[in-house]
Amino acid sequence: MIVVEGLTKRFKGQTVLNGIDLTVQPGEVIAIIGPSGSGKTTFLRCLNLLETPDAGRIQIGDISIDANRPLGGQQSAIRRLRQQAGFVFQSFNLFPHRTALENVIEGPLVVKKTPRDKAVELGRRLLAKVGLAGKEDAYPRRLSGGQQQRVAIARALAMEPDVILFDEPTSALDPELVGEVLETIRGLAEEQRTMIIVTHEMSFARDVANRVIFFDKGVIVEQGEAKALFANPKEERTRQFLRKFLGTAASQD
Amino acid sequence: MIEESLQLVADSAPFLLKGAGYTVLLSVGGMFFGLVLGFALALMRLSKILPLNWLARIYVSFFRGTPLLVQLFVIYFGLPQIGIELDPIPASLIGLSLNMAAYICEILRAAISSIDRGQWEACASIGMTRTQAMRRAILPQAMRTALPPLGNSFISLVKDTALAATIQVPELFRQAQLITARTFEVFTMYLAVAVVYWILCTILAHFQNRMEARVNQHDQEH
Repeated sequence: MIVVEGLTKRFKGQTVLNGIDLTVQPGEVIAIIGPSGSGKTTFLRCLNLLETPDAGRIQIGDISIDANRPLGGQQSAIRRLRQQAGFVFQSFNLFPHRTALENVIEGPLVVKKTPRDKAVELGRRLLAKVGLAGKEDAYPRRLSGGQQQRVAIARALAMEPDVILFDEPTSALDPELVGEVLETIRGLAEEQRTMIIVTHEMSFARDVANRVIFFDKGVIVEQGEAKALFANPKEERTRQFLRKFLGTAASQD
Repeated sequence: MIEESLQLVADSAPFLLKGAGYTVLLSVGGMFFGLVLGFALALMRLSKILPLNWLARIYVSFFRGTPLLVQLFVIYFGLPQIGIELDPIPASLIGLSLNMAAYICEILRAAISSIDRGQWEACASIGMTRTQAMRRAILPQAMRTALPPLGNSFISLVKDTALAATIQVPELFRQAQLITARTFEVFTMYLAVAVVYWILCTILAHFQNRMEARVNQHDQEH
């Protein structure tokens, strides 16, 4: 489903991603964890070219982008790749001047040229799916953060993507709103959707993901089956990171 | 005394009305062409293609950095010397439009840049082109920011059209000049003209408020 080879990204001479290789099978749910500044968000943003990689190759479904060649000539391939890779932002990025329903159907209407009645039908179904039936006509400003993020998930789903990329989808939320968004994502995982989730929610990663990838300093330090990796991290850096996280979680109990 | 003045204003009304017609024509025309050219300039200013960017910068710098009166004189009295002769109305319309474009360029550029990068990214993430993103997400939001300063510029433009009197355009102020030359009723006529400008601008301000309320709708609605 996804093949990444040698993905490299530098910011001002500093290497943030150092030749990442990754293969994702259809239906796989992958959680990416790691300290801030480890490159995990940059990696996710590179996958749909929101960030321009300096080198490497990205294949999603049948679309392939070669970052070793100039990207200017690959713009239409990039747009097709983005349609196949839904993206959910940390800060939602809903269109504030459009209602929840209009947000969801914007992609189908404008990009896919879906007839309006079909798009509306799809939009209503997706809003119901994320638990927001009845909020079709609400503007984002009138919705809670958790509701906004669920609209954003519906917006990504509306393009019927092969894979959905989540960039810390609950980091901007008040603690009491995190659960509803995680439940929505869990529901998608149960449908065998291919997803890559960058997250700080360790217990969620352990329960929902098939595979967990630990990023640090621009490389994949360790990856493995989710429960195994949390129970038995092999690398010292992973152990340190998890100890810090689970340690603070334990002290809160 | 007052009766005589009112009588004069009443007698002059047809001329003032005709003048006001030209004032409105110059204002609406100047605003329209100013918007078209100003938007193109704003896109140039936001472009990563450096020569386009510089061209727009120089344009804005020149037209904001020189008096409108001088620009009108260059176009109406200056251009004929290099073989381009324009009638007063086209000349003033061109001058006003070119001048407005510089201000509108800066208003639109600022409004477009003020939109959060996340909005561009959200559009990109569902596969939109930059043009689609501009049309569907960025401009509608930028217009909210741009409307108040655009309205102010429009109101300034209405008053600036009086400068067209200096190049023989028979607009409102020019009509007053012509009438006072005949009647010597300077105070009455110029006051009457001031009131007409005031009325025009008040109507404009009213429409501006209505439009602002409309684009801000999604803030209030539930």
